Amino acid sequence: MANTIDYRKMERAAAIRRGIGKTITYLLLTLWAVMVLFPFYWMILSSVKSYSAYNAEYVPKLYTWDPTFQNYLDAFTTVPLARYFLNTLIYTVSTTALMLVVTVLAAFAFARLNFKGKNGAFVLFLSLMMIPNELVIITNFVTITNLNMRNTFLGLILPSVASIFYIYLLKENFAQVPDELYYAAKVDNTKDLKYLRKVLIPICRPTLITITILKVIECWNSYVWPRLITDNQAYFLVSNGIQYIRERGFGRENIPAMMAAVVSISVPLIILFLIFHKKIMEGVARGGTKG
Amino acid sequence: MRILFDELTKVFTDKKRGKKESVVAVDHFSFEIPDGQLIGLLGPSGCGKSTALHLISGLHTPTSGRIYFGDEDMTDVPVEKREVGVVFQNYALYPHLSVLENIMFPLDNLEGNKRISPNEMRSRARAAAKLVQIDELESRRPKELSGGQQQRVAIARALVKQPRVLLLDEPLSNLDARLRLQTREEIRRIQKGTGVTTIFVTHDQEEAMSISDQIVVMQSGRVQQIGKPQWVYDFPANLFVAKFLGTPPINVFRGSIRGGRLFIGKDDVFAAPGLSDQEVWVGIRPEGFILDEQGPLRCTFQSLEMMGRDISVMAGHVALEGERLQALLEAGSGIPAGAAQVNFSLKPDKVHVFSRDTQVRLDWQKGGMGK
Amino acid sequence: MMERNNPKGWLYLLPAMLFLGVFMVYPLIDVFIYSFEQGFNFASQSYDGVGMRNYSFVLRDPYFLQAVKNTFILVIFTVPISTGLALLISVGLSSIKAVRHLYQTLYFLPYVTNTLAVGLVFMILFKKTPYTDGLANLIIGWFGAGPVDFIDGPYWAKMFVLCFYTVWVVMPFKILILTSALASVDEGYYKAAQVDGTRKIRVFTRITLPMISPTIFYLIITGFIGAFKAYSDAVALFGTDLNAAEMNTIVGYVYDMLYGSSGGYPSYASAAAIILFLIVLTITCINLLISKKHVHY
Repeated sequence: MANTIDYRKMERAAAIRRGIGKTITYLLLTLWAVMVLFPFYWMILSSVKSYSAYNAEYVPKLYTWDPTFQNYLDAFTTVPLARYFLNTLIYTVSTTALMLVVTVLAAFAFARLNFKGKNGAFVLFLSLMMIPNELVIITNFVTITNLNMRNTFLGLILPSVASIFYIYLLKENFAQVPDELYYAAKVDNTKDLKYLRKVLIPICRPTLITITILKVIECWNSYVWPRLITDNQAYFLVSNGIQYIRERGFGRENIPAMMAAVVSISVPLIILFLIFHKKIMEGVARGGTKG
Repeated sequence: MRILFDELTKVFTDKKRGKKESVVAVDHFSFEIPDGQLIGLLGPSGCGKSTALHLISGLHTPTSGRIYFGDEDMTDVPVEKREVGVVFQNYALYPHLSVLENIMFPLDNLEGNKRISPNEMRSRARAAAKLVQIDELESRRPKELSGGQQQRVAIARALVKQPRVLLLDEPLSNLDARLRLQTREEIRRIQKGTGVTTIFVTHDQEEAMSISDQIVVMQSGRVQQIGKPQWVYDFPANLFVAKFLGTPPINVFRGSIRGGRLFIGKDDVFAAPGLSDQEVWVGIRPEGFILDEQGPLRCTFQSLEMMGRDISVMAGHVALEGERLQALLEAGSGIPAGAAQVNFSLKPDKVHVFSRDTQVRLDWQKGGMGK
Repeated sequence: MMERNNPKGWLYLLPAMLFLGVFMVYPLIDVFIYSFEQGFNFASQSYDGVGMRNYSFVLRDPYFLQAVKNTFILVIFTVPISTGLALLISVGLSSIKAVRHLYQTLYFLPYVTNTLAVGLVFMILFKKTPYTDGLANLIIGWFGAGPVDFIDGPYWAKMFVLCFYTVWVVMPFKILILTSALASVDEGYYKAAQVDGTRKIRVFTRITLPMISPTIFYLIITGFIGAFKAYSDAVALFGTDLNAAEMNTIVGYVYDMLYGSSGGYPSYASAAAIILFLIVLTITCINLLISKKHVHY
């Protein structure tokens, strides 16, 4: 009899302990969620406060009853924000498109074709993966300057095209496609390029999409190279635009307008993330690192 | 299309830690396949039969020797120009294309004056689909099909471009037992219908025996025997062929020829005139045993299995290679319960004698049997 | 099969080789050459000698020493804190069922956002201006501490914000990798441990931790490498003139030498970049040595 009571007590204590543990876990996780989301909330909030309202708040308020879109108008009229957007779009689309062509061709050669020196070339490619960008950016800067390609799209795009990591990722994926498919195509007199176009690319589309999205994110956020290679506002990308706005934009104090600009340049990526978050997270988990 | 192999040899070299290792996959392969036949390449795994098949397709290039289609030397013609149809073991269907698109794929690659309009491609693909009876599935994707259906799509795709030769690599190995039976009849029907010279590779002797016009038995890259299935079964060229063909397998004994008589162990089995005194291997097919109390072959009885039509007797013998011999007897043959010994007499045409050294089958003048 | 040599392979490889050759292999060789060319003049593309002078200049440059100090402080604080915190959060995430997926996705959001843009928000949250003390100071105020200007104020305050923002930025990647690693630990181990009545904390230290130790180690290595290359985060918080803010990093120094207020010296930039590379290489090798003893593969 005494035993059963003991067990019941123990069980209840254990349940309480579990309950407390769970609560703490949820509390902690929610706290981090707030930490992550708060800057986003804050930029949206500030972007819809009027200039005067914002500056009147010595103690910042966490809400507003009087949202305005004037800041967005200011952001797009007083600074060529639309221009920065267009530049970034041109840069992102061209770089990504070129990267895809280069990557697909190289991955196909490594995964499928047999030629002398292939293994050596692949090892060389892999070893280049370890080279930090900081080491080569200096000469690239000099090269582009000497080619008179500063403040041009070509100068922005060319050094960002080749991505060994994506070649590697795609090569692995291509290699997973059964050999027999290639042999079957060969038996039927299919040219290599047609096999690539009609068979390999459609089969590996998920990986290609992942690579594309990762590259788009990388391009949209790139800052260092564009900063080095452009000093003419007409070629600024959004990152440089933001930095420029911060230092010289709306007068240092028009923070709501700055926040409107910040929200505007963040929105495209956040939308992309909401649509493709599964693919993006899978792609990054497979070994991507930022930048 | 007649196909001729002339001393075809394929050596694979593999560099491992600087050391070159060579494997002879196909060794001086010479034979001729008459036009319009269905040929089974048969052998245990690793015997080089798939390599031989892909020497024909062109996916492998021979180390030496020539290969002819008709009178045309194909040895140096690359795979894409050989106009062969191949059905791969895993079918190799394009997963992102529908059945009809899969079948049309080879037609889209035709060049020059062979090029045909999209409409004709479609109608030819449909005709091929109809031939293999999958015309109702044409808009499905491969993964929506059963194994047997995928197999038919693969055959249709191989046939649609009207190949000179049809090659099938283990065409039935991915199917379950029931489908296998049905599909092999199907392959036979399609082959006879189109008349295309067809070569298929299999490790399953029953499969090869049942549908081939001729079988080619291979081991370690060498052709052991070529011929009509029943003939190969009845007259195996050597011990390997005898052991490889037939289920249950042939029973092998150590024997000897002494004074024109065949001995198994100490048992004087029967006269074998025309053979000189020597040590031999003796192979006896399971159906070659006759229960006979006076029979010369004296075995220790082990067990008995009723198998419906037949009775299978397991027994031991001192001269036997392996654990036990298996004899298939007609149901109703009486074995006394609890017997410790069974005696057999033998059907001479089910008994094969092989040289102990060369393992080649030795012929004697049959008919001179008797005690 | 298909063992025929197909030289067309090189044709497919050609575009990639061109891009990599011009923008990676050549620069890699060139950067070493630059770093030894003394007195390089950008305008005339000439130099007056070969030697170690660029290195000795960089190593004596107070801005560089400041940058090295900043970078090391950043690395020492952010790598352990972010890895530990990410581990804590990932373990928490794996222990819950409801909203787990939502939180996982949420936590990853900072990875895709523009470092510069969000950095600006952080700057505003921490900045003290005549109009407002900023939100961070408001919260500090609840605990009775006085307002501090984190952006233009004392060194430790600026360093704190930089570390704080860096941790915020690197967390998504670490959480993602750790949660995937935790999810891949075979359920069977936990079931076995449960049957044996193992206490939870013991399960964590004896099963979970050893099982994911390669991942943790991977994160520490990439964390070190990433933190040593910090730059954009600092720019986002303190503006492009990092030397003035005493907040420059080694990478920032390289870029400033190359092009910026004090720019136009690719030789100095090269020397600094190679020093950085050597530091990262050394630390990575030390990490690898340590891991041999502690990581269970």
